[in-house]
Amino acid sequence: MTADEIRRAVVRISHEIVEKQAGTSGLALVGIQRRGVPLAQRIAEAIEEHEGARLPVGALDITFYRDDLSMIAQQPVVKGTDLPFDLNGLTIVLVDDVLYTGRTIRAAMDALVDFGRPQAIRLAVLVDRGHRELPIRADHVGKNVPTSREEVVRVHLAETDASDGVEIERAPAGYGAPKVEAVG
Amino acid sequence: MSLAEPIAGTGTPIATGTPEVDAAPETQSVPWPHRHLLDVDGLSADEIDLVMRTTDAMREVLARPIAKVPALRGRNVTILFYEASTRTRVSFEVAAKNLSADVVNIAAATSSVTKGESLVDTVRTIEALGADMLVMRHPASGAPYLAAEIFGGSVLNGGDGWHAHPTQALLDLYTIRERLLPAPGAAPRTATASGQLLAGRKVVILGDLLHSRVARSNIWTLTAAGADLWLCGPSTLLRGFEAWASRGAAGRRFTVTSNIDAALRDADVVMALRIQRERMASGLLPSLREYAARYGLTRARLAAARPDALVMHPGPMNEGVEIAPDVAVGTNSVITEQVTNGVAVRMALLYLLAGVKS
Repeated sequence: MTADEIRRAVVRISHEIVEKQAGTSGLALVGIQRRGVPLAQRIAEAIEEHEGARLPVGALDITFYRDDLSMIAQQPVVKGTDLPFDLNGLTIVLVDDVLYTGRTIRAAMDALVDFGRPQAIRLAVLVDRGHRELPIRADHVGKNVPTSREEVVRVHLAETDASDGVEIERAPAGYGAPKVEAVG
Repeated sequence: MSLAEPIAGTGTPIATGTPEVDAAPETQSVPWPHRHLLDVDGLSADEIDLVMRTTDAMREVLARPIAKVPALRGRNVTILFYEASTRTRVSFEVAAKNLSADVVNIAAATSSVTKGESLVDTVRTIEALGADMLVMRHPASGAPYLAAEIFGGSVLNGGDGWHAHPTQALLDLYTIRERLLPAPGAAPRTATASGQLLAGRKVVILGDLLHSRVARSNIWTLTAAGADLWLCGPSTLLRGFEAWASRGAAGRRFTVTSNIDAALRDADVVMALRIQRERMASGLLPSLREYAARYGLTRARLAAARPDALVMHPGPMNEGVEIAPDVAVGTNSVITEQVTNGVAVRMALLYLLAGVKS
C-alpha cells in the first residue's frame, strides 16, 4: 500500500466506524502499541474532520497479556498503556496495523476488560493478512492481503518509521523464530 | 510491526527455524542477562536504567482499577525469610500477586529449619515443591549466593546479613529519580549519555553504616548514577568504609565523615539508617540517647540541607533515635513513597528475571 492508499483506507474506516455507531456518541478509540496508536490518532482526526467531534483516544500495551511470555527468551519492551477515560459503557474500537493470528487482539481484549466493562468492543485494522488461529475477525479492514505464512507484512507509519507504506516481503531465513539463547 | 502480531505462531512449535511469526516481539534495547538478583554491583548503568523504565510501566499498572496483570501466571514465587521483615516480604508478595504469580510464604521460624534442616536442603525442597523464583532473606552475608548455586530458577536477594539489599537500593534510586528529576515531557528522565543520572546531586547516608546492607547496595547504585555521596555516622559505625572510599574502586568515589554538619550542608537527599540494635556489639555506641543527640536527623539539623531535600529511610524506623518523628512525617519525607515504589520496583525485577531461562 502506498501512503495515499493508507490515507484513503483510514478515511473510509473512519466513516464506517461512525456509520456503524450511527454517530459519534459513546465511541472511543484504543490503539494497540505500537503502530495501532498513531493509526487510532489518524482515525480520530478523520472523524473530527467530517463529524466535528473529537473522540477519546487511548493507547494499550498488551505485553503483560501475551500468551507466549513464558516461551520467549527476553521479556519484551513495555511501551505503556494510557487510557485517559472511563471505558464503562463505551463502544471501544480497537485499532491495530495488521491482523494475523488474532492472538494480539485476544490479549488486547483481556487487557481492556480489566479496565472496565465496555458496551462493545470492535476491531479496525489497516491490513488483514489471514491465517487466524483464534475465532476473531475485524469489523473494519483497510485492505485484505492474501499472504503465506512465510511472508512478512511490514507496515511503516510516518509517526514511528519516518514514512507511510505497507510491503510484503519474503521472510529472511529463521525470521520470527524466537531466539533461544543461553543466558544467565 | 512491533506488537501487531508478535504473539503469533505460538500455537505451533517454536524455534523450528521456519518463519511463522509475523514479527518477533520487540526486545529490550538493553538485554537483561541476569537470572538472579543477588546484588546491584553486577548491574551496568544501562541495566539499572532498564529497571527504572520497567518500574515506570509497573507504576502505571498499580494505578489501574484492577492493579493486576497476568504476566507471571503459572509461575511459583516462594518467599523464604530467615529474618523478621514487614515491608520487604509483603512488598515482594504484593508484587508477585500483582503479576498473577502463585506465592508461597515460608517463615524460617515455623519451618523445618527449626528442626535443623540446612539452607541447602531447604532450597532443594523448595525447588522440588515447584518454585520458579526464590526470594530470600538470610542473616548470613552471602547466603543467597549459595542458594543460587543450587536453585534451578531465579534467586532474588531480599537482604543478606550486612552485605546487600539490592531491591532496596533500586527502589531508593527510583524514588530519588522520580523526585529530583524533571517530570516527563520536560526532559528525558532516562540516564544521560554519560549515564550520570544524579550528577551534581549530594546524597547523604546517615547512621549505622557498619551493619547496613542497605548502605552497601546503595553505594553501588548511587555512585554509578554519579551522585556526590557522603556517608556519615559515629566513627565506630563507619569502620571499613574509609578504606573502601580511599581505594575508589572502579570509579566509585564517596566521602566518609563523622561531621554531620558538613555532611548535611546543601544535601539534596538525606537517607537515615536504623540503628540495628540486634546486630550491635557492645561498645560501639555509648547510648542510644547520645546517638540521637549527636546524629539524630532533627528538623534543626535538616535546615542545613537544601529546603527541598528528600528525607528517606529504608525502615523500620526507631523514631526519636536516628530520625525525629516530625521529620519522618514532614513535608520533605518520601518514606511512604519508598514503600509504594518498592512494590513497583519488585514487580519490574520479577518480570525481567522471569524472562531469563535457566
